[in-house]
Amino acid sequence: MSDMRILIIEDDRDTAAYLAKAFREAGHVADQANDGLTGYDLALEGAYDVAIVDRMLPKMDGLTLVGSLRSQNNETPVLILSALGQVDDRVKGLRAGGDDYLSKPYAFSELLARVEALARRRPKGAPEETVLRVADLTLDRLSHKVTRRAEEIVLQPREFRLLEYLMQNAGKVVTRTMLLEHVWDYHFDPQTNVIDVHVSRLRAKIDRDFDAPLLSTVRGAGYMIRDGAR
Amino acid sequence: MTALGKLFRATAFRLALAILLLSAVGAGIVLTVIAWEVVSVVDREISQTIDAEAKGLMDAFNTGGLDTLRALIEARKREPNASLYLLTNPIGEPLAGNVQQIPAEVLSHPGFLPIEYRANERGGRSRQALVGVYVLPYGLRLLIGHDLGDRGRIGAVMTRALALSLIFFAVLGALGALFVARRVLQRIDDINTSAHGIMAGDLTRRLPVSGSGDELDRLAEGLNEMLGRIAELMEGLREVSDNIAHDLRTPLTRLRNHAEAALAFGGDAASYRLALEKTIEESDALIKIFNALLLIARAEAGGDVGPPQLVDVGEAARSVAELYEPIAEEEGVALIVRVQGPLTVRGNRELIGQAIANLVDNSLKYGASNRGSADAEAKPDVVIAAERIGGSIVLTIADRGPGIAPADRARVLDRFVRLEGSRSRPGSGLGLSLAAAVARMHGGSVELEDNEPGLRVRLTLPAADPPALPAAPADLVMNDRNAR
Repeated sequence: MSDMRILIIEDDRDTAAYLAKAFREAGHVADQANDGLTGYDLALEGAYDVAIVDRMLPKMDGLTLVGSLRSQNNETPVLILSALGQVDDRVKGLRAGGDDYLSKPYAFSELLARVEALARRRPKGAPEETVLRVADLTLDRLSHKVTRRAEEIVLQPREFRLLEYLMQNAGKVVTRTMLLEHVWDYHFDPQTNVIDVHVSRLRAKIDRDFDAPLLSTVRGAGYMIRDGAR
Repeated sequence: MTALGKLFRATAFRLALAILLLSAVGAGIVLTVIAWEVVSVVDREISQTIDAEAKGLMDAFNTGGLDTLRALIEARKREPNASLYLLTNPIGEPLAGNVQQIPAEVLSHPGFLPIEYRANERGGRSRQALVGVYVLPYGLRLLIGHDLGDRGRIGAVMTRALALSLIFFAVLGALGALFVARRVLQRIDDINTSAHGIMAGDLTRRLPVSGSGDELDRLAEGLNEMLGRIAELMEGLREVSDNIAHDLRTPLTRLRNHAEAALAFGGDAASYRLALEKTIEESDALIKIFNALLLIARAEAGGDVGPPQLVDVGEAARSVAELYEPIAEEEGVALIVRVQGPLTVRGNRELIGQAIANLVDNSLKYGASNRGSADAEAKPDVVIAAERIGGSIVLTIADRGPGIAPADRARVLDRFVRLEGSRSRPGSGLGLSLAAAVARMHGGSVELEDNEPGLRVRLTLPAADPPALPAAPADLVMNDRNAR
C-alpha cells in the first residue's frame, strides 16, 4: 500500500511537518494546511485518499470542517486527531462525519496503520466481498467457514471476526487498538497483552500446520496478514 | 437599602399582602351576599304584609262599596306609621289616599315594585317604598305601599360591618406579613452570611439549619450536601495534583536520565537506538498513567461522558471474560461466568467495561497464583458473578489468591496504592481506583471482601428499571454455556 495522497490539516507547524515527512518516508504523498479554511479548500479541490484533521484549528474548527465537507458531498475519508481523548469526544467526532478518531499523543505507527486502513475503504457503496482470500486461506463471510488448502479450520466466533478484520486489511499493518476497537468494540487500554494472546491463538489455528506462515507480527506496530509473511 | 425597604421587598411580605388582599375580597363577597339575602327576606315580608292589607280593603269594598273603602283608607292613613294608600278611578284620578306624586305607569302594572315617592302633606324629600298595585272591579286601582327605611338601615349596618372587617383584615394582615417576612429574612440573612464566609475560603463552614424541617431547612440541607460534595471534589483534585506530582516525577526523571545518559556516554548507532526505544517506552507508560488519572478525575467529578445508555452488566461481564479468557488459560485459571440476567443499568458502556476489565485483570494478575491459600488443593478459579439484588445490579469477581488484609482494603481503592508483593508486577496502581471512580460516577460502589481464601470484589450499580420477573429459563441455558 503505497502512494496515497494524504492531506494533513494541523495548526502546529512542527507536528504537520513531522507527519508530512514521516508519511513521505512511508511512500505516500503528503500536503499540509495550517488552518481550517485552507484545509477545507484543499480538501475540496484535491482528490485526497485520506485527510487527517486536527480537532482544534484556527479559522474553522475540525468538526465544522468535516461537517462542511460532508454537506458538499465530499466523501474523503477523515481521521480526526484530538488532544481531547474523553469517551464522548470520540462519539462527537464520528457523529460529525469523521471516519476514525485518534487522541494525542499517538505513536506514528498507529496513525499510519489507521490512515492506510481508511484509504482502502475508498469506494463507498461498493458491495462487500463475501469471500476473503489471502494465499491459500479462504474466509467465507456467509457460511462462516474458514479453509486453508481445502482443509476446514474451526474458529470460535471471536476468532472468526479477528481473522475477518485482519483479512479485510490484508497486506497492511493492523494495530492492537484497532483490533480491540473493531473486534471487541472497546476503546480502552486493557492493560495486559490480551490482544497478543488472542492473535497467537488464532495464529496457532491458521499457521501451525502449514509451512508458509501468513500472520506476522510487525515489531512496535501490530499485526499483518499477507501472502508469504516471514 | 434600609431594613424596612428590604422588608417590603421580601417575597414573604409580598405574598402575605397578596393573601391579605384576596381574603379582603372574599370577606366583601360574603358580606354582600348576606346583605342581599337579608334585603330579599325583608322585601318578601313587606310584600306579604301589603297583600294581607289589600285583601282586607278589597273585602271592605266588596261588602260596603266604594264609600266604605274610601272611609276606611281615610281612617287608615291617619294612623301613626301608616302605609301608603292611593285609590284611583279608571283614568287615574285619585279618589282617596296619602300619596301625591306617582309615576303614571306604576298604576298600569299590577304587582309589586319599588318606587320613589313624596308624602302628600309636607312634600319633603323623596323616599323609597315597595308598592303593590291591585285592580278592583269597575276599573278602580288600589295602591298600597310600605316605606323601605328598614331596608336602608340594614344596608347601612352591613356597609359598616364590611368597612370594619376590611380595616381589621388590613391591620392583621400587615402585622402578619411583617412578622413572616422578618422571620424569613432573618434566616435568609443568616444563610447569606454563611455563604459569604464559605466564598471567602472557609470550605468547612456549613449553612445554618434551624431544625424545624421547613422548606428553608430543606434548601439549606441540600446546599450543605452540595458543599460537602464540592469540598470532596476539591480534596480529590488536590490529591490528584499531589499524586501527579509524585508519581509522574519518578518516571519523568527516569526518562530524562535515559536520554542524558545516552548523550553523555555516546556509543554506536545501536546504543543510541536502544536509548531512544527506551525513551519511547517510558513516555508511553507516562501517557497511560496520565490518561488513567485524567479519567479517574473526570469520573469523580461526574464529568461529561455523553448521554447515558442502557448497559447490560451481564453482557459486559461475558464480553470482558471472553477477552481475558486466553490469558486465564495461560495462567492455568478457570474463568467462570455466572450471570442471572437481565441486568440493565444506565450508564456508559465503555467505562463500565473498563471497570470490569480492570477488576478481572487484577484477579488474574494477583489472584491466580493460589499462594497464600492454606488449601493447596483449591482450584485457582476466578468467578465472575452478576445478579440483581433488589434495586441494584451486583457484580462480584472472586479469586483464590492471597487476598487483601482487612486493614488494607479501603486503602487500595485510593490512587497509586500498590501493596507489598505487587510492586514487582506491572501495573500503575490505578486499576481499582478507576473501577471505584466509575462505580461512584454511576451512583454505585466498589467493596472488597474476604473470599476465604482470596479476594472478592463487589461492584454495585443501581439497576435501570424496576425489579423484573424471575430469571427466564433462557438465562439458565446461557449460564451453562458460559460456565466453562
